[in-house]
Amino acid sequence: MDEGPNDRLPPVFERWFEEKGWSPRPHQIELLKRARSGESTLLIAPTGAGKTLAGFLPSLTDLTARGKIPPGSAFTGIHTLYVSPLKALAVDIERNLMKPVSEMGLPITVENRTGDTPVHKRQRQKLTPPDILLTTPEQVALLLANGEAARFFRDLKYVVLDELHALVTSKRGHLLSLGLARLRKLAPDVQTIGLSATVSDPMELQRWLVGQPEEGRQNAGLVTVSGGAKPQITILQTQARIPWSGHSARYAIPDIYETLKRAKMALVFVNTRSQAELLFQELWTINDDNLPIALHHGSLDVGQRRKVEAAMADNRLRAVVATSTLDLGIDWGDVDLVLHVGAPKGASRLAQRIGRANHRMDEPSRAVLVPANRFEVMECRAALDANYVGAQDTPPIGEGALDVLAQHVLGMACAEPFDADALYGEVISAEPYHALPRETFDRIVEFVATGGYALKTYERYAKIRQTAEGLWRISNPAVAQAYRLNLGTIVESPMLNVRMVKSGGKARFGGMMLGKVEEYFLEQLVQGDTFLFSGKVLRFEGIRENECLVSPAFSFDPKIPAYAGGKFPLSTFLAEQVRGLLADPGTWGTLPDQVREWLEIQRLRSILPKRGELLIETFPRATRYYMVAYPFEGRLAHQTLGLLLTRRLERMGLKPTGFAATDYSLAIWGLEDLEGVDFADLFDEDMLGEDLEAWLAESFMLKRTFRNCAVIAGLIERRHPGKEKTGRQVTVSTDLVYDVLRSHEPDHILLEAARRDAATGLLDIARLGAMLKRIRGHITHMALSRVSPLAVPVLLEIGREPVSGGADDAILAEAADDLIEEALTVDDV
Amino acid sequence: MNRMVLAQQLRNQAPAAGAAISLAGVEAVCDPSGALFLPAFDLLCVSDLHLEKGAAFARRRQLLPPYDTAATLDLLEAALARRNPAIVVSLGDSFHDRAGSGHLPLPYRERLKGLMRGRQWIWITGNHDPDGVEGLEGETCEDVSFGPLTFRHEPKAGQARGEVAGHLHPAAAVTRREKTVRRPCFATDGERLVMPSFGVLTGGLDLGHRAFDGLFDRQNLVAHLLHGGRVYTVPAARFKG
Repeated sequence: MDEGPNDRLPPVFERWFEEKGWSPRPHQIELLKRARSGESTLLIAPTGAGKTLAGFLPSLTDLTARGKIPPGSAFTGIHTLYVSPLKALAVDIERNLMKPVSEMGLPITVENRTGDTPVHKRQRQKLTPPDILLTTPEQVALLLANGEAARFFRDLKYVVLDELHALVTSKRGHLLSLGLARLRKLAPDVQTIGLSATVSDPMELQRWLVGQPEEGRQNAGLVTVSGGAKPQITILQTQARIPWSGHSARYAIPDIYETLKRAKMALVFVNTRSQAELLFQELWTINDDNLPIALHHGSLDVGQRRKVEAAMADNRLRAVVATSTLDLGIDWGDVDLVLHVGAPKGASRLAQRIGRANHRMDEPSRAVLVPANRFEVMECRAALDANYVGAQDTPPIGEGALDVLAQHVLGMACAEPFDADALYGEVISAEPYHALPRETFDRIVEFVATGGYALKTYERYAKIRQTAEGLWRISNPAVAQAYRLNLGTIVESPMLNVRMVKSGGKARFGGMMLGKVEEYFLEQLVQGDTFLFSGKVLRFEGIRENECLVSPAFSFDPKIPAYAGGKFPLSTFLAEQVRGLLADPGTWGTLPDQVREWLEIQRLRSILPKRGELLIETFPRATRYYMVAYPFEGRLAHQTLGLLLTRRLERMGLKPTGFAATDYSLAIWGLEDLEGVDFADLFDEDMLGEDLEAWLAESFMLKRTFRNCAVIAGLIERRHPGKEKTGRQVTVSTDLVYDVLRSHEPDHILLEAARRDAATGLLDIARLGAMLKRIRGHITHMALSRVSPLAVPVLLEIGREPVSGGADDAILAEAADDLIEEALTVDDV
Repeated sequence: MNRMVLAQQLRNQAPAAGAAISLAGVEAVCDPSGALFLPAFDLLCVSDLHLEKGAAFARRRQLLPPYDTAATLDLLEAALARRNPAIVVSLGDSFHDRAGSGHLPLPYRERLKGLMRGRQWIWITGNHDPDGVEGLEGETCEDVSFGPLTFRHEPKAGQARGEVAGHLHPAAAVTRREKTVRRPCFATDGERLVMPSFGVLTGGLDLGHRAFDGLFDRQNLVAHLLHGGRVYTVPAARFKG
C-alpha cells in the first residue's frame, strides 16, 4: 500500500484508536484515501464491519483539519449530508457518531433532521446549519425545494448514503437520485460515499453514486470487505406433520416456542403483518413460562412500536415477532437468534435479516428457518444453500418513475425558476433517468404546469408558467406550500385508526389507540365480526368519523386482517434454485423424510420437471378438468398468467371457470377437458400483447397503481393548505379520475406511468415475459388420470381467493336473486 | 364497467329496464342511469350532478382531467332521451362550486340549454351551489312538491314521508362468498328515498355510515344498486349473504 499522507489519520484520531485498543480497519483507511483523492466510493461490507465510522471518517478528519468556525464568520453551509432510509436510523447514527466526536473533543456539530424535528429547530438549522446533517430522502427533497437551497448546500463536501441497496430500488431512491443531481449542481465538487450490504450488481450502485455524462458512463470506486463469520443457519427440526399448503406455520408453534426458550433474545421474522399477528397470538397461548414476547409491525401505533424498540434495546424482551419494519440496520440490543417463519422469498433478504443477530462481524449469526409448507421446505433449503455460496438476488434499480419526476420538477420550480434544457440535463445525469427521452421530460413539465391534457382548458390555473425569459416558475406561493405538504413517495392505502371502546361501541371518546388498519379491510366487516390486531382478538363495533371502534372479544376463531402489503414474490434467483433442487434427487438428502417421500411419489405418478422445463399436468377431478403448471415465478406473475390464460381458453371455447396461483404453481380449471390443448400455442409470448392490454384496462390492480402515481405526481393532493380533513369522505376518488382519463385520454402521461409501474410491480409482467421466453420449446405435458402430489398445494388454495372476470355481476345477481328465491318459497303450514 | 361507457349502452337499452317501486304511494322507476322517473308527473329527477368538478379542483390547482362535465352531460342526455320527461328536477349540487355555473364553458352551456329546451326545469339549491345557477334558464328553489312527494337536497333529520333527497351519495356493499361489491344505489324504505349521485366524478357513502342514522325504517330499507347498466334490488337485511 502506498504510504502517502493520504492514508494517515490526524494524531487525535490515532490516539483515540490507541486508547480504545483498536486499530483502524484496512477498508476504513482505504475509503479515507480514496475520498481524499477526490473519488466517490461505494463501500460494500457485512454488518458489524464498522461501516458507519468508515463512511464518516473522511468528513470527521476534514472537519478536524478545518477547525471550529470563528463566531461572526460569514454563513457556512453544511459540510456533510447523511441520508438513511429510516428516521430511526438517522437518530441512532447521531448517537453512534457523537461518541467519537465528544471523546476526541472534535470541533464538529452533528444534528439530525426528520419529519419529527420541531419547526423551531428546523428554522434554526437553516440559519445556522450543523457541519453534519443526518436526514432522510424526503427531507433532502424539502431542503432542495427551498429558496435558500443554493446557500445551504454550497459548502457541501460529502454525501453519505446508508443502506444504499435498500434505498435505490424504490421510488424514494428515484427521488433521492434526482436530489443528488441537484446537489451536484449546487456543489460541483461534492463526493458521495455509499454504504451497502452485498448486492448482485455493484456497478449499478457505483453508477448511481456519480453524475452520468450524456455520452458514456461513469462510476464511483468500489471497496469491498469480504467475509464476516459465516452464519449458522438451520431448518427447524420437527416431528410434526408439515402441511401441504398455507402460510401460518401453525404446526411448528411448539417447536418455535422451545427454540425461543433456549435463546437470550430472538427476533422472529415473518413476511406479512397478518402472519405476525397470528404467530404472536399462538405463541402467547402456549407461553407457560410467561416469556416477555412482543410484536412489531408497521400498522401498530407508533407509541407502541417505540416502546417495544426501547424494551429491546434494554434487553428486557426474550422475543419479538416482526415484519420488515425491523429489517434495516438499527442496533437493537443483544439479539442472539433469528427465526424466520415462512420462506424468505429472497436470499438477500434472508442474509439481511440474519445479520440482525449478533451485530459483530467475527461472531457467526445464528438463524433457524421455519418453512410453512412443503414447497417452502424446498425454498428454505435452496435459500440456505444460496446464503452459503454468498449468492445475491437484490432487484435491479429499474427505470426512474415518471410520477417521481413530476414531483421533482415541481420541487425545483419551488426552489427557483428553472430552464427546461438545464433541468433536463440535470435529470438525465441521475442513473435511473439516464435513458429518459427529452419528449417524455417535456410531457412531464406540461403535466406539472397544466395537467398535460389535450384539452387545454387549464392554462389560467397553471401551477408553473414560463416567464418572458423562458424560465419556468411557480405561479403562486400557495403552489410551494401545497408541494411541501404533499411531498414524498410513500402512499399508504386509506387507513383508519383502531380505537378500543366498551362492548357495544357506546363510549364516545377515550379508549386506547391500537394502530391503523386499511379501510378496505374494514369494509368487509359487520358489527360483531372479530379479527386479530395488535396481538388481540377484537370485536368490530363500527366506524365513527375516521376511527374504527373495537372492543375486546373472546372469540378463538377470529377473521385475520388480510393486508395488501407485505407479500414478497419469490426471487428469480431463488426460483432457479428451487427448480434445480426439484430436478435433482441427488440433492434431496438434506430434506426431511416426509418432503422426500412427497417428491418420490410425484416421480412415480407423474414426472419431476427438469431445470429448464415447464411441467404442465392435466387431470379430471370430481366434475371439473384441471390444468396445473409449475413455472416457479412467484404469485404475482402467476396471477397475471392465470388471468391471461383463462382469457385465451375462453376464446378457444374451453370454458375455464377459475384459477388459483401460488408462488410455485398455477391451476386453471373448467368444464371441458384441457388435455388436447396445444400448450406451446397457449403459452405463446404474444399473450403479452393485446390480451394484456385489454385486461389491464379494467384491472383493479392498475387502478391501485394509478392511485399511487396520481398522488406522487401531485394530481391528487393528500393534504391541502387550510383544508381540514373531512373524515372518510374523500374529496375525489382516484378510481373515478382513472375512468375519466382512460376513456378520454388513454395516452395521458400518468396512465403511462401507472402502466409502467404495474408492469414491474403488481403484475410482474417483465418476469412473466422472461419466463415465456425461457420455456418456449421446453413444455412437457403429462395427461394424468388423477391429481399428482405436486398439484395438491395449489388445489388447496382454491376458494381462498376467488378471482374471476364477471365476479361482481355474479355477486350482485345472486343477492338480487335471493328475493326471487324468497318469493318462491312456500312456507310450511 | 364504469359510468364513462354507460351513456352509450343506455341509448340501446329498452326504457323498461329499471326497478319499479312505490314511494309514498306514488309509482316510480329507478333508472339504470341513476335518475328517478315518475310517470304520474312525467318528471325525471337527477341528483348531485357536480358539473365542473374538475374545473373547481383546477381553480385550487389540483388539475383533475377536464372531461367530467362532458361525460356527465352525455349521461344526462341519454337519460332524458329514454324518458323524454316534461319536468326535470335537478336535486341540488348541480354544480360543484358557486363559480361553476358562471364559468361553464360555452359548448357545455349550449348543450345543457339544448337538453332543457321544451321542458320545465327546476334547480334545487344544494350545499355546493347555494346560490342556484348563473346564466341558465329554469326555476331555482330550495324545495318543490309534486303530489305527496317533496324534493329537497339534504334529507331532513328523522323520518319524512314522501321526501326525495340527494346530498349523501348513498352506496351499498353486498357480500357473497367472502367477496364484497360496493355500488352507488337508490336507498328507500318506501316512505322516502335518497338518490344516488349522478355526476361521473362523485364517490359514494356507505349506507352504514351514521349520516344515514334515523333516516329510514331499517326493516324496510331496500337498496337499488347501479352496476353495468342494470339495477340490482337488494334489501338491507340481505347485504351480507
